[in-house]
Amino acid sequence: MSPGIGSWIVLSSALFCVGLAGVLVRRNPLVILLSLEIMLNAGNLLLVAGSRYVGGNDGHVLALTVMAVAAAEVVVGLGLIVALARRGAALDVDELRSLHG
Amino acid sequence: MGIAVFYVAGAAAIGSAIAVVVQRNPFLAALSLILHLASLAALYLVLQGDFVAVAQLLVYAGAVMVMFLFVIAYLGDRADLDLRRGGIGTGAAALAGLAIFIETVVAVSDSDSVLGSPAKVADSFGSPQTIGRLFLTDHLLAFEAISLILLVGAIAGVVLGAGDLLPKGPSTGPEEREPRGERYDLRREVRRRELEAESEVGA
Repeated sequence: MSPGIGSWIVLSSALFCVGLAGVLVRRNPLVILLSLEIMLNAGNLLLVAGSRYVGGNDGHVLALTVMAVAAAEVVVGLGLIVALARRGAALDVDELRSLHG
Repeated sequence: MGIAVFYVAGAAAIGSAIAVVVQRNPFLAALSLILHLASLAALYLVLQGDFVAVAQLLVYAGAVMVMFLFVIAYLGDRADLDLRRGGIGTGAAALAGLAIFIETVVAVSDSDSVLGSPAKVADSFGSPQTIGRLFLTDHLLAFEAISLILLVGAIAGVVLGAGDLLPKGPSTGPEEREPRGERYDLRREVRRRELEAESEVGA
């Protein structure tokens, strides 16, 4: 027995909002990446829940696709952070404004 | 049983997500994210997404988070950074998150009357066989796109992480190649500059 789909939607939107707040509030690019993962996983949770309640496996396929894309995104994000650190730039998104114009 | 796991794992997921956001130490934030991902895997099990749950643990809590922890360890002290100091931005961010959440709660308040109970599904629901077959039939394009994305991601990781150590262009032939001695000098030069940059940061 499991709760109605409304509970899953509320749970996943709560997780998404926590991740969103993290992306907007934090200055450290590492923690911003971690918060992005929270948002992606909130979406994944809703995909799997929808799959269960509608009765089809397409949501699972899409969730696995999101996982692969998230893994690639983490590689690129961490690569950028390491490249920044090796050039001696401050790890602070408020300081990284050389593209500001 | 399902409802109990939903509440316990859901509370753990929200609590560890908040810990990720407010934790000052990035190492502890990453550990909280591992807890978050594990509780999500428990929630997937409630939803009979067995394969997704296992993939979540292997891919996310295993591989991706190990990469995160390696980078945090590599950066050391430089990874430590306070929360953003207060101001209009922080208030607006918290308000935006809260507004979206309240909006969703209002919007789904009567969704249980539409999809109140899970669909009746076969035992093979969420099994690796079913998902694998879907990937190779209905969602073949997504499958191929994933392989391309992962390839591009791997190349990007190498280029971003060690791009200045790669040879500058395609070699045009043995006679135009630089002598071995000089090539080794070039590498040593790169390494020397790196050490200089690092000592500047440390100072």
